[in-house]
Amino acid sequence: MTEQNTSRRQFFFKLGIFLNGLAALVLATPVVGYLLAPIIRGHGGNYRKWIDLGELDEFPEGQTRLAKYKNPISNRWDGETDDIPCWVRRLQGESFQVFAVNCAHLGCPVRWFPQSGLFMCPCHGGVYYRDGKRASGPPPRALFEYAYKVENGHLMIEGGQLPTLSTTAGLQKRSTGCQG
Amino acid sequence: MSRLAKIGDWFEQRLKIDAVVRQTMSHPVPRRSASWFYVFGSAALTVFLLQIFTGIMLALIYVPSAGEAWNSLQFLNHGVPLGWFLRAVHGWGSNFMVAIVLIHMVQVILFGAYKFPRELTWIVGIFLLLMTLGMAFTGQVLRFDQDAYWGLGIGASICGRVPMIGSWVVHLLLGGPIIAGDTLSRFFAFHVFVIPGLLIALVGLHLLLVLKLGINEWPMPGRLVRRSTYIQQYEDTVHKDGMPFVPAAIWKDMIFASIVIASVLACAAFFGPFGPTGQPDPTIVQTVPKPDFFFQWLYALLALLPPAVETPALLIGPVVILGFLILLPFFAGEGEKSWKRRPIAVITIALTAVALGTLTHLASYTPWSPVMGAWSGDPVPVQYLIGRSPLERQGAAIFQGKQCRNCHSIGGSGGLRGPTLDSVAVRKTHAQLVRQVLQGGGNMPAYGKNLNPAEVAALVSFLDTLHPANQPAARDAAATPQRDAEHVTENK
Repeated sequence: MTEQNTSRRQFFFKLGIFLNGLAALVLATPVVGYLLAPIIRGHGGNYRKWIDLGELDEFPEGQTRLAKYKNPISNRWDGETDDIPCWVRRLQGESFQVFAVNCAHLGCPVRWFPQSGLFMCPCHGGVYYRDGKRASGPPPRALFEYAYKVENGHLMIEGGQLPTLSTTAGLQKRSTGCQG
Repeated sequence: MSRLAKIGDWFEQRLKIDAVVRQTMSHPVPRRSASWFYVFGSAALTVFLLQIFTGIMLALIYVPSAGEAWNSLQFLNHGVPLGWFLRAVHGWGSNFMVAIVLIHMVQVILFGAYKFPRELTWIVGIFLLLMTLGMAFTGQVLRFDQDAYWGLGIGASICGRVPMIGSWVVHLLLGGPIIAGDTLSRFFAFHVFVIPGLLIALVGLHLLLVLKLGINEWPMPGRLVRRSTYIQQYEDTVHKDGMPFVPAAIWKDMIFASIVIASVLACAAFFGPFGPTGQPDPTIVQTVPKPDFFFQWLYALLALLPPAVETPALLIGPVVILGFLILLPFFAGEGEKSWKRRPIAVITIALTAVALGTLTHLASYTPWSPVMGAWSGDPVPVQYLIGRSPLERQGAAIFQGKQCRNCHSIGGSGGLRGPTLDSVAVRKTHAQLVRQVLQGGGNMPAYGKNLNPAEVAALVSFLDTLHPANQPAARDAAATPQRDAEHVTENK
């Protein structure tokens, strides 16, 4: 075996590694894009849509009621999970507060108690006042609120994504409630 | 030569595996290591095999679709002969696997088995623990019920606390903007392909390392591990005082593994499958989500951590713990192996066990949560109403109607979020009670805007009566004597 032969084989061996690396790179690009799709699809407010909650008459003044809507970003196979609830508080006229049911602490569904005017969370003991401000427990802020508008006698909210401390984009930012 | 032996020969000619198998089976173990303390690793492996088997069985029926998963579990429970039993075995197998992996880990720490030269075995073991917990969590998600749905909500909310890229992490976890079909599909992929694949590969590596390095010898106080001499010492031990793994040691593994499997089957037959609980419909807000047993300590911790340290504890805590465990064999890789001379190891394990046990116990009755139905479900004890004035009884009705009972127990029932009020009048004067009701504080909401003055007067007059017969109500020492006397007679 000559010196020249060895280096030629080594060259082709390295070429083989290079070509396979190249192929892997070409394959990796779409895979990375595919895996990051949940982030990419949401860019530019794509996870935010205006949703019709129904006629104003369904929400009596001075009351807080549970409203349900179909999540605007959904698939046919989502089943019951695309029925999303929210708490609608009508102060008066066209003045509303629409709260996500998800506790600002860790996302469990808060329940409204009209008698005491409190939202209570079943998981870790978070409690909020009727205006969504934190009353007690571990929540770091007030309840998440949806942006709303009234159009043609219908209450519209802007929603679509699960509210957490960093995915509030579709929801109005509120200052943290009185921490007492 | 029998026909069977001929067939065996035919395969051996091609596979050339006989020598390797014999060598593996007869690898020497130190005589004292053939002990009942050394059976947990093989028991964990056995339960893992059981999980693979029952998992495949369940996958024959289970539909990994958010719209159908819950229905397919109902069908498994009620529509397929013994489907409930396979679900129960898989569920109980999961609990047993976590438990045995933890016991195995404790044994390894107490016997100093992570020390030189078995550092890599230990580190692979840490990842096996993480994956076991990962399987337990993703498996709980596949049981796509209310607990699974809100458990995902908690997972997403924790991810949402990551600074800067929190929203990306949330959307990656959920596979979209919200818990839905894509979420279940990706958890299915993790539970069925990704994590089991890694588990199988790492279990293989773990076993290979055990074979290459030999099983840990029985630790003797005073016999120190030194990097320079250990391997030679170990070789001497196994050659002088060793036994072949098969059959000298393996019979204990086999007996213990069969006891474990029998226990899993017995639990499954006796207690049945886990859930599914209510269907995963987020509009059903009347739910009390709770994680599976091995995550309940975390559930309790999340309720009890002060809000200010919660995010750092959630995000930095796991990294610190993981880092500590991985680095353990590097800063404690030599020296004593026997737990009799390693008090810090023993204390650390004892404290960890007590902490996890206490948190799990707290999670069993969640004293931090309001009892949602106490105000309408638990009556005021009769002895608190006998001989009371109309105003005081009115106060008792307000106490119930305004849901005070959800957080404050009286007569042994009600919430434990706030203090029990059976003797509140001993602790607080009339004026202090009025202030507490109106302004709240100390983790109690203020009721000033929600009660009119007449209601406050009635409620507090009821609270004033809540003291034991032989113990007078608290009085304001600064108040005028007459007023105070009046107040006491009022309460008679």
